[in-house]
Amino acid sequence: MTLFLDYSALGIAAGGLYALIALGIIVIFKASHTFNFAMGEMMTLSAYIFYTFAVTYSFGIAYGLIAAAVGSIVVALVIERTVLRPMVGQPFIAIVMATFGVGSVLRGLISLVWGPEDRQVPSLLARDPVMLGDIFIPGKSARAFAIAVIIVISLLAYLRYSRAGIALRAAAADQITAYSMGIDVRRVIQFSWIIAALTGCISGVLIANVNSLTPHMGLIVLNILSVLILGGLNSIGGVLIAGLIIGWLEAMTGLFLGSEFREITPYILVLLVLMVRPTGLFGTKEVERI
Amino acid sequence: MVADPAFITGTSNYIKVGIMLAVLLALPAIAPAFWIYFLAILGINVISVYGLNIMMGYTGLLSLGHAAFMGVGAYSAALGQIHLGLPFWLAIPFAGVMTALIGVAFGLPSLRIRGLYLVIATLAAQFILMFVFVHWESVTNGDVGLNIEPANLFGYVIGTDTQMYYVILAVMLLTTFFTINLVRSRVGRAFVAVRERDLTAAVLGVHIVYYKLLAFALGSFFAGIAGALLVYFNKFVTPEQFGVQVSIFFLAAVIVGGQGSILGSVLGAVFMTVVPELLRLALLAFGDTFGLDTSLILVPLRETIFGFLIVAFLIFEPRGLAHIWERAQRKFSTRRRSG
Repeated sequence: MTLFLDYSALGIAAGGLYALIALGIIVIFKASHTFNFAMGEMMTLSAYIFYTFAVTYSFGIAYGLIAAAVGSIVVALVIERTVLRPMVGQPFIAIVMATFGVGSVLRGLISLVWGPEDRQVPSLLARDPVMLGDIFIPGKSARAFAIAVIIVISLLAYLRYSRAGIALRAAAADQITAYSMGIDVRRVIQFSWIIAALTGCISGVLIANVNSLTPHMGLIVLNILSVLILGGLNSIGGVLIAGLIIGWLEAMTGLFLGSEFREITPYILVLLVLMVRPTGLFGTKEVERI
Repeated sequence: MVADPAFITGTSNYIKVGIMLAVLLALPAIAPAFWIYFLAILGINVISVYGLNIMMGYTGLLSLGHAAFMGVGAYSAALGQIHLGLPFWLAIPFAGVMTALIGVAFGLPSLRIRGLYLVIATLAAQFILMFVFVHWESVTNGDVGLNIEPANLFGYVIGTDTQMYYVILAVMLLTTFFTINLVRSRVGRAFVAVRERDLTAAVLGVHIVYYKLLAFALGSFFAGIAGALLVYFNKFVTPEQFGVQVSIFFLAAVIVGGQGSILGSVLGAVFMTVVPELLRLALLAFGDTFGLDTSLILVPLRETIFGFLIVAFLIFEPRGLAHIWERAQRKFSTRRRSG
């Protein structure tokens, strides 16, 4: 039983990070109907920028974080401007392929610049374990979870109540109407990429802290797909709950079926959700049946 | 939709095709052994790219799991020979049919829904199938893979690369002939109609789900055949031949070559097979001079270049090399006429 609870806590802790990454993808999806397959690589790149400034040039953690945030925003805006803007109006599938290509480029460049070996980033999170009653949670995971959930919730509130958030939702509902009502849709899309860059930056640094920093860290985003589908592709609020559920389920398969099954759990779940409820738990319409 | 350059009709084209065939047939007699090896792999890639192009280029169904489907074909052929004792001529179609079935099983839940869902389902297929190849050790022998006997065609053992080259050439010509006729038929037109605007196609009486399933099944079938030929060519199969980066390779081949074009499939496969090879040779030649560790940078360099090609072609030349080729030819022929 304690083992069950320990694993549950660990899984849910990972789920908080999933929600944070998923949020970055959803915001872009809502603003511009672009599915950003390069999210994982953007995340990895931020973590490497952090590493380079904090460790290689030893500016310390604070400047490292600032550099990572600025760097990832610049990269996101460059991707948006050079790849996605020229592709506006192209079929959805073409844009998906383009972001997939961008991901491939970034992954390759990261390996070329920083090499394939694992790196240890300076520790941001305290190591001492957190005890919830009898449940043991490794310190880094617990703290990463807390940070992720706080950021997700405050971002959700921001997107719900701020002008920018309302503009984003207007653009999501109908770009052309939003445009004719005086909302600068282009700015909204850039804004969504900045949000994605920041969530990617934070989650990248956190994941590099919990695990270690490798060029292939970004592949975790492929697990996020199941979070997105389960939460509903157009539901910003759904990601948090879906993230926690997926994280927990992954931990459970690890516990009951053996750890190698963890890597495919998200994919089996995706297929199941697609079969049973393609809108996800909280998504609405959008799914066009044919 | 521009029709394919009809490079197989017309008298002058018959001559061109004849010359090309003659060269391909005579090549093993004159070319070095490495070329034959290379061309055989190229032929397999062409068959696989036809499959992906039927799905992506003609019907608009993006698949990120094409390599894994090839893997299904390869393992089906290998297991068919080991456990069922299937002869070569039966193992190839068997692998194709198995792959089509598994492809449809993965595609079925999402082919009824639009948009991103099929992409995700095929990506799920990529990872789940890969997992099966690696972890179902009692059947697939895990990372070590399976070894098979050389192909045996009605008593003749087809063991050497050159012999397999001829077999692959024959299958490639058959699939080319099939694909050319397919895309010109009612079915091919239905595929294009589904791609361009599925609702309109439905209004015009095209049964969308049926044609999507058919395209998916055909694409997987081609992948399966290509995988089966690959296992008979190498005489072994391991999971690492079918990773996600191989799926990206095929995706890039279709985009670079030209979506919805047969000539494009061939050009894309040639380009994507030749470029990494040149890259490797260049690195081998110059790597030491610049103190680069060739083995370390080759894979990421490839990833970067494949990704860059995908993005660049999507933005600047969405119809791919086939379109460039067409334009070049048109220019050439008008100049000749006016001159």
